[in-house]
Amino acid sequence: MTTGGSTIEQLLAAKEIVVVCGSGGVGKTSTAAALATIAAADLGGKVLVLTVDPARRLAAAMGLIGLGNAARRVSPEAFADAGIEPRGELWAAMLDTKQSWDDLIRRHAPDAATRDAILANPLYRNVAGRFVQSHDYIAMERLFELHSSGVYDLIVVDTPPTRHALDFLEAPERMAEFFSSRLLRWLLAPYRSRLVNVASRPFYQVADRVLGSAFLRDIAEFFMLFQSMYDGFVERAKAVERVLEDRRTTFVVVTTLESAPAHEARRFVDVLVSKRLHLGALVLNRVLPAELLDQGSSDAARQLRATPEAVAASLLVDHPELSDDPKLLARVLQELGDSFLNFQVVAKREAEQRAEIGVAADIVVSVPSLETDIFDIAGLARLAHQLR
Amino acid sequence: MVGVLDRRLLFVTGKGGVGKTTVAAALGLLAAREGRRTLMCEVDAKGDLTAAFEAGEVGFSPRELEPRLFAMTMDTEESLKEYLALQLHLPRLARLGPLARTFDFLANAAPGVKEVLTVGKLAWEVRERHYDLVVVDAAASGHVVGQLRAPQAINELLSVGLVREQTDWMMELLNDPATTGVVIVAAPEEMPVTESLELVDQLASTGVDLAAVVVNRVLPELFGRGEEEVFARLVEPAASAALSAALRRPVHRVLDAARLAMTLRRTRAAHLSRLRQGLGPERTVLYVPELFTRSHGRRATVQVTEALAAELS
Ligand SMILES: Nc1ncnc2c1ncn2[C@@H]1O[C@H](COP(=O)(O)OP(=O)(O)OP(=O)(O)O)[C@@H](O)[C@H]1O
Ligand SMILES: Nc1ncnc2c1ncn2[C@@H]1O[C@H](COP(=O)(O)OP(=O)(O)OP(=O)(O)O)[C@@H](O)[C@H]1O
Ligand SMILES: [Mg+2]
Ligand SMILES: [Mg+2]
Repeated sequence: MTTGGSTIEQLLAAKEIVVVCGSGGVGKTSTAAALATIAAADLGGKVLVLTVDPARRLAAAMGLIGLGNAARRVSPEAFADAGIEPRGELWAAMLDTKQSWDDLIRRHAPDAATRDAILANPLYRNVAGRFVQSHDYIAMERLFELHSSGVYDLIVVDTPPTRHALDFLEAPERMAEFFSSRLLRWLLAPYRSRLVNVASRPFYQVADRVLGSAFLRDIAEFFMLFQSMYDGFVERAKAVERVLEDRRTTFVVVTTLESAPAHEARRFVDVLVSKRLHLGALVLNRVLPAELLDQGSSDAARQLRATPEAVAASLLVDHPELSDDPKLLARVLQELGDSFLNFQVVAKREAEQRAEIGVAADIVVSVPSLETDIFDIAGLARLAHQLR
Repeated sequence: MVGVLDRRLLFVTGKGGVGKTTVAAALGLLAAREGRRTLMCEVDAKGDLTAAFEAGEVGFSPRELEPRLFAMTMDTEESLKEYLALQLHLPRLARLGPLARTFDFLANAAPGVKEVLTVGKLAWEVRERHYDLVVVDAAASGHVVGQLRAPQAINELLSVGLVREQTDWMMELLNDPATTGVVIVAAPEEMPVTESLELVDQLASTGVDLAAVVVNRVLPELFGRGEEEVFARLVEPAASAALSAALRRPVHRVLDAARLAMTLRRTRAAHLSRLRQGLGPERTVLYVPELFTRSHGRRATVQVTEALAAELS
């Protein structure tokens, strides 16, 4: 159910890239896939969802197991099974960090010798998966690649679970910074010139003793090789940044109304605003129903909790079929009251979070907890229904 | 099997947001209340651990929050300085300005350096017997394996050097099940359960023992024996109308909420049994109920502590 100016469908129709972000476990992957499902089903065209680490069953349902980086069309039969006749095509691809890095090296290496030296460097193999939030960078890099291929009408991007939801936004910038850093040059200087200058000598003495000089040399070699790709990388990182800023790109922030994710989502919204990026919609996932806040029901629950015996006695006058044990009935009534008031506590907390966070976007969608996890196209369709 | 709190070093981990910090805080408080001198360490500097005690920030040097209960925040740069000063007797060099920055840079680039400084500091506190128990509010499941494997990885990566020498005793300490254990916190939901089971497998490759699995946010059974039948009769239109009349207020939303509670409980119970099955009968599994509290400060921590105490007794 949406509130505010326009709808999710209008948003999807107006944009070429939708970046779905939020803190860990809130439902980014599910939401990204559901948004792509909406676009493919209702709007038509070629829609790609680029997912990160989907739950295994969902990946299987989209035909994504063992595909590496390749995109694959979700079969029309899978849609038919879910009772949907899509107007367009839904494609899905996973993000394989290691393979994406290798591709990147292949693209930017100045020559075959450098390329092979990097790919074979034992440090590279360790490092490729982790350094400078490489996962984040790779996600943005792949997005750029896919978008500039021009194959898709809409790309919906899922984002990796980072400690801070906004890390990936700064990844291109960090990558550029990393390669232009004076620190890097300073670190490599002695290995280039063989002349350890006076200022850095103590560092090398310590580092040598602590880490062993062979290791230091390995690192230096590795970064020196990387340096040869400097221009290509920086150029690319800037291009990736421009795509994020483009007005054809929009961001959808997903959060639950638990305090930690909501806090993170608020910070994220602030950063989007300060970077002048487009906040398209806010998805409040797995929220409790607003009915829990109803005053009359709340009074009823309180009465059930306070005087269950009296209520049971008066109820049994006309409805003796309920139970032949008044105490048992009273216990049930009391538990009903307790349970309502318990969940009301949580619902109130959620309402406060929502009041604080809900003002941020034009489109705010609340999605209830569905009865089952989302692991197939039918599940995506149910989620999509809630998002529309 | 060694009791959870009888170990000396506990790494509390799990998927993001499942309650790692809450459980680490509760285990720390429980140990301290039982008379153990306990250090809690928050590995990512978010400040959630001290917030669980409404205690304000702490840095790298531990502060006593409650009797016998100390807290610190991990800082790998400080850890390196301490290591250089204490073990290598390099106090002057340790204060070198550029060292810190360069170190940070290097640690980002070289796999395992940050991790080994984190694990090393904690293992050192245990080895020196500064505390009876060290509870680590560790990294989320994705990263904790890298952390626990770091001494091994460094050991393989570095052929010589002082760091390598240090990793030998670390590995010994980490791989001793009487000393070190991992506590996995899981929520009874699809992904957390799946990740927890995967983590149990991955742990085997680190040589660190699994001390316990804590299932957090378990919903209580709403109805006891015979009560569900009564509820079924109560939701019949005539009966619920009579109930509304008796209360002089509409009651259908209260009944809806009960149905929601039952659905949530049922789905969580299904995930729970998948977890139990995956773990097998040998593992220690502790249950912590969902708390329906307004806020999540010290009071909630105490409630979780009491739940864990009951489970462990
Ligand atoms: N509205 C919902 N109702 C029921 N289950 C949901 C809902 N939204 C998400 N889920 C379930 O919650 C779990 C986490 O969702 P998902 O994988 O989409 O989150 P994520 O933000 O991508 O997580 P991560 O940060 O780990 O990548 C999945 O099992 C998913 O099926
Ligand atoms: N048993 C419980 N009942 C209700 N709420 C809980 C329970 N345990 C934890 N919470 C709440 O869930 C939220 C997340 O808990 P916590 O911070 O302990 O998780 P975490 O795993 O450390 O998260 P992160 O991965 O962000 O560090 C907090 O708001 C906490 O108060
Ligand atoms: Mg995901
Ligand atoms: Mg935490």
